[in-house]
Order: sequence, then C-alpha cells, then structure tokens
Amino acid sequence: MKSIFLLKYAEIGIKGKNRHVFEEALCKQIRNRLNKNKISNKIINERGRIYVETETEEPVSTVTDIIKNTFGVTAVCEVKVVESKEWEAIRDGVVEYMKEQYSDYHFSFKVKCRRSDKNFKMESPEVCMEAGHVLLEEFPDLTVDVHNPDTFIWIEVRDKVYIYSKVIKGIAGMPLGTNGKSMLLLSGGIDSPVAGYMIARRGVYIDAVYFHAPPYTSDRAKQKVVDLATKLSKYTGMINLHVINFTDIQMCIYEECPHDELTIIMRRYMMKIAEDIAKKNDCLALITGESIGQVASQTAMSLACTDAAATMPVYRPLIGFDKQDIIDISKDIDTYETSILPYEDCCTIFVAKHPVTKPVLSAIEKSEENLVGKIEKLYEEALASDEVIRIHG
Amino acid sequence: MAIYFDNAATSQVLPEVIEEISSVMSENYGNPSSRHAMGIKAEEILKKTREVTASSLNVKAKEIIFTSGGTEANNQIFTMLLRGTKHVGKHIITSCIEHSAVLEPLAFLEKQGFRVTYLPVDKYGHVSAEDLKNSICEDTSMVSIMYVNNEIGSINNIKELGEVIKEANKGKDVHDRILFHTDAIQAYGKLKISPKLENIDLLSVSGHKFHGPKGIGFLFVDEKVIFRPLIFGGGQEGGFRSGTENVPGIAGLRIAIEKAYEDIDGHERKMRAVKNYIINELKSYEDVSFNGLTEGDMKALEETKEDFSDEVRTSPHILSILVKGVRSEVLLNALSDKGIYVSSGSACSSNRPELSGTLKNIGVEEEDLDSVIRLSFSRFNTIEEAKIFVEEFKKIVPALRRFTRR
Repeated sequence: MKSIFLLKYAEIGIKGKNRHVFEEALCKQIRNRLNKNKISNKIINERGRIYVETETEEPVSTVTDIIKNTFGVTAVCEVKVVESKEWEAIRDGVVEYMKEQYSDYHFSFKVKCRRSDKNFKMESPEVCMEAGHVLLEEFPDLTVDVHNPDTFIWIEVRDKVYIYSKVIKGIAGMPLGTNGKSMLLLSGGIDSPVAGYMIARRGVYIDAVYFHAPPYTSDRAKQKVVDLATKLSKYTGMINLHVINFTDIQMCIYEECPHDELTIIMRRYMMKIAEDIAKKNDCLALITGESIGQVASQTAMSLACTDAAATMPVYRPLIGFDKQDIIDISKDIDTYETSILPYEDCCTIFVAKHPVTKPVLSAIEKSEENLVGKIEKLYEEALASDEVIRIHG
Repeated sequence: MAIYFDNAATSQVLPEVIEEISSVMSENYGNPSSRHAMGIKAEEILKKTREVTASSLNVKAKEIIFTSGGTEANNQIFTMLLRGTKHVGKHIITSCIEHSAVLEPLAFLEKQGFRVTYLPVDKYGHVSAEDLKNSICEDTSMVSIMYVNNEIGSINNIKELGEVIKEANKGKDVHDRILFHTDAIQAYGKLKISPKLENIDLLSVSGHKFHGPKGIGFLFVDEKVIFRPLIFGGGQEGGFRSGTENVPGIAGLRIAIEKAYEDIDGHERKMRAVKNYIINELKSYEDVSFNGLTEGDMKALEETKEDFSDEVRTSPHILSILVKGVRSEVLLNALSDKGIYVSSGSACSSNRPELSGTLKNIGVEEEDLDSVIRLSFSRFNTIEEAKIFVEEFKKIVPALRRFTRR
C-alpha cells in the first residue's frame, strides 16, 4: 500500500542558513531506518516541508512508528494527496479522507488552509468555509468549533493538495549526525542507557564502553549490556560497544588504596580509560548517567573528583533528575526491564560498607600515588583488552 | 575441553537417544491415536517405553503416566487433591528442603485452604521417621518427601518413612488412605528404587536429568490410587494426561532408562569415585567443608571406595561444597572461564536465592549461604576431570580470597 506522510520538525525550522544541513541529516536518517526495515520509500524535501512516500505491505502504524522514533521528528501525519487543484477534486478528496480516517463523527472540527501556491484561485478563508460546509453536509454528526476544536483538518495547497488531521507526536530532538559522536560509559544499570538516549537525541552518534571484571562479573552481566546497547541502538543507530577487562586495575586499587576510596578511584580510572578509547574513536565527549547525590560516588564532591579525571567534556544529561524521572524514561525507551535483571556489575563488587561521600581531590590523588609503578602496565593491558562488539541499530 | 559438573541441572543427551528421537521424528511421526498402521507403530513406541519404565521400578506398565517433565508431575500430584468429588483431608506433610516444584504448588494449596506441615531436617538434610509419625493427623491426605535433595545430595530413608505411612493407613478405607509421594527427580536413574517395597504411591521423574531429552518425564501412580487428571482433552494416557503424546521424547526416554539401568551399580561406583576423590582432596583444605555428609558417609569414604552399604545417605552424584569467604557466583565464573561448569546453590533457583532453603535448613550460617557451590556428576565424568577441577580450585580459591569485601 502507498502512503504519504508529512513530517514536522520544530527545532530545525528555526535554524538559519545551515538549516538545509539539518534537514538533509533528518532525511538521511529516515531513509536509513525505512530501508533497514525494507520499506520502499521516497523522501521529498521542499520549501520547508518534508514528505515521505512509502510503499509496503506493513500496516501504516509500522511506518509511523519508524518515522516518529527518529530523532528530529516532532510530529508525523499521514496525508491524503489530491493531484488536481480543481475545487471539485479537493472537495471530494476531503470527504474521502474523512471516510478513510474516521468511523465516528461525533466531534468538533475546524478546517485550516495553507496556500503556498498563490496562483490557486481561492483564498485560504474561502477554502476553509467551503470545505467546512461540505463536511457538515456530508457528516451530520460533525460540529464546528472555531475556538477550541477537537480536531483540525488541514488542507495545504502546494504543487498538489495535501489533506491531513491526525498528528502523531515524534520523539523530537535533533537528527543524528549533526553533532558528531560521543562515548557512553554503559553499565548494566538503569541510568546509563537513558543518558545515552538523551544525548543521542541531540543529534550525537553514540559509542559505548563497558567495564567487565571477570570472574567477578559474569558473562550474563556482559550479555545484559549487549542487550541494552541493542535496545538503545533502535534509536541511536549503530553502536560500537567496547568491552574493557577491568579486573586487574580494580584489584590493584583494592590492594594499594584505602578501601573507602575504592569506588571513587575506580571511577576515575574508568573515566581515563573511556577518554583514551573515545579519542581513538573520534568521539568529542564522554557521557555518563550520573545524577547528583544518587549514591556515594555521585555526591557533589565525588563528582568533582571523577570529573577531574577527564580532560574531555563530560555530558551528564541526568545530573538534575530524580531516580523516578530516569525510570520513567527507561520504561519509555524499553531499557528498564533489561536494566533490572539481577547481575552484579563491577561497581558493586568490592564496594565498602562506608565509602567516602566527601572526597577531596588532593587526598584522592595522594592515595593514587600508591598505584604508581604498578598501574601503568595494567592500564595499557586494559586498553589492549578492548573487545569491540558492533551493534547494528 | 569442557568439564561438566552440573548434571543435576541437566545432563548431556546420549547419542543413542538423539539417534532414536531423530529416527522417530523423521519416520514414525504418526499419532498414536490414529487407527492406521502409522498410528499403531507410534503406539508401539509408547507401549515399549511404558514397559521398560515400569520394569525399572518393578511396577506395572499401567502405573506409568508420561508427563512433560518433573514439574508437571509434581503439579499434577498436588492439584489432584483439589479436584476430589469425595471429601479430601486438608492436611499435607512435606519437608522444608523440597524443590520449588513441590513447595510452590503447596503454597498454592495453602491459599486454597489446605494446611501444610513442613518437617524439619537434621544437619545432613534427612527427614526423621519420628517427626513424620508425630505430624500425621486425622485429616492428613498426602505426604511428599523428596528422595534425593537437589542441593546437597542427601538421600532420605524413603523405605522407613513409607513404613510409618503404611502403619498409619492400617484399617483405613482405600479412599481415606494417606498417599505417599516422593519427588525422585534427582534419584531416578542413579539409584535403584522399588515403590512397592518402599510403600510409595506416587513418584515423579524427569527425563533430562539422566541423559534423556528435556520435555519428557513420568509419574508412577500406584494402581490403588484414585487418580484425577490435571490436563483434560482427548483422553490419552488412559484419560490421566490428555494431549497428543510426545512420541519422540518418549522413545528417547526409553533408551535413556535402559542405558541408566543396564549397569546402575557400575555407574554408581564411577560417580562415587569422582565424588570421593574430590572430597578426599579437599577435606583438609583450609575453610572448605561439605554439606550433607554424615559421619557414616565420611567413614564409608575411608574404609572402601568400592562398597557402599545402606549406611551411605549421600547420593553418588551431588556434592555441595562450602568455600568460606568466596562468593559462589565468582568462583563459578572463574571455573567457567577454565571450562569447568558447576552450579551455585541450586541451579533452578540461582536467580532467586530466597528459594534456596536447603542450606539454611541444614544450619549453614547466614554469612556462608552465598559461598556454596554444587558439583553434580554423571557416569561419564572421570577421575582425570576431578583432578583438573581440584588443581584449578586450589589455584582460584586463594586468589579470590585475597579480594573479598572488607
């Protein structure tokens, strides 16, 4: 079946001269996603409007789902196209459209018209009036409400005439590929996938790094992270997941540093390794799922210590979020059920009963001096252990 | 090479079993209920397995009902009590160390108004006949005690418990008898079981625990038992278990049973040799101990490796090891890394530790509950494998003990 969709993309619309860059990125993403789902498509980008024509055996909802879950799309509408600009054809088209889309007509409406073809012989108010009149005659249950209608019925007169009314909300944001690539520190928890999603939504491609600590973390824990990355990639496109063997570094810190500082020092090393991997893979920043005060290692003072370990910008999109807000998003993006599977990650293995909550950077750095001479080799080995799992979105 | 010490979770399917299943699937795919020659051939397969199964227990062929496995068999037994037309006594006796396939159906029955007594066990995981005797009352309708415990391998003295029930049933009408059920899922195929001599009325078995296929098992139901089905339909299995029979599974089951029982003493010796080797190698290892081994078991170990009298109350194939200060999951991962596959606690409840009640009930300290691994052997395991296990164990454990939560 052939369908035509109109896309809305509020934020891109306010861009200036580089607007076309964003529009093209958006078109490319939609094309890729439809192609991946074997839905034949044609994308028309003209005069501030993007139309998507598709042809597939799949139900229309499958196509709208793919489009609405593309970053940059604020809304998608299935439209009816009338080839002829004769009023009779338009009139019949509107009636047909209503018959196709609705079965119960107990609602109020208002017709809105946009006439970008100024040669069209009727003016917008006239189109609205005439169309409204026809609809009321054809569907006696309908009522007009010009102030607060249940539904707007749009008629756009361009090269052809486009009719639509149902507006499906998209996930908004910016098209992928408009803001480079960043490296997500992905654990098995609830927060980091959400953080990755939120940054990807600003047009950033994502790679991820996972710290594996065998035998303390099981292969199931690793598989869980692969599963999370796979779910995330439905939105973000391809993710290169870097699995780093972190056990020896963790052991070294455990043996050489005060135990209550273990987690914070460990996290600093994670940042350092992630940054090295990020640089090697053309990433511009790191992404973490940290949120102020959530756990001991995320107090304001702990964050200051962790932050100092990185020289790259660190994006922390969840920094001001409550746990429940994060959980809500993780449910929306379908990572929650996977995140709560009970496999231990490397952050929780040796956690002290009373970890420091107010670490001071200078003291932490002093403790880290104990590692000098031992950690360098382990650090290189950890970097070399990088196993890349390519996850196709 | 892989060393598979997790046979109580599931076991490798015998090549002969696979061959049989595959040939039945491709050639004898008839429905046993069909009247034509293909149906008759399929029916023959059921008949043959039923006879082999019955003779492995010294019971009648008509006393065997094929099920989808052990869990279904257990569910069938307990929910049967809900469907009596006559009055059924609302009291059931079981032990506190049963598998969740017994405990969960019983929890359901409790919600339906039944009373359940959970008999305690001694520190070796054995139910006492005395306790059983004392807990039987007027409206006791069923007693369910497992044959071999899946977590520590303790063998209950089913014969002795059966005597108690036989005594309590004296003079009772056939409808009012207390039924004696045993979950023999870890025992069948490893031990010789004689329901008629041990006064067992009902017994559950799962095929995949002794090198048969998954998805098939059976129930022994003494002909005296008034049986009521769990699954209704086309009247297969004499109306006791409807649904088109899993003919290939049943065919495979027969081979697995024949192979298990053709030299059961020899198999037992093989498994005990592996188990005893590991016990002897690790018994003086620092802060390592074994769960569920009685003094009799340990003595038998020293005296002879060939003979195991009735005094031995531990199964040939399950060994529960407490490794103080090491988390079982970590040890399991480390061994897995070396290609040695063991289990923590009980494989069935590894993700739900709250269900693993055996260790708690035999008195393992709270702090040690998470430091137990379970090894379970098959007749295909060798002393060579046991040696490798012991070597790796002695390498891994000290390394892990260096790094514990402090």
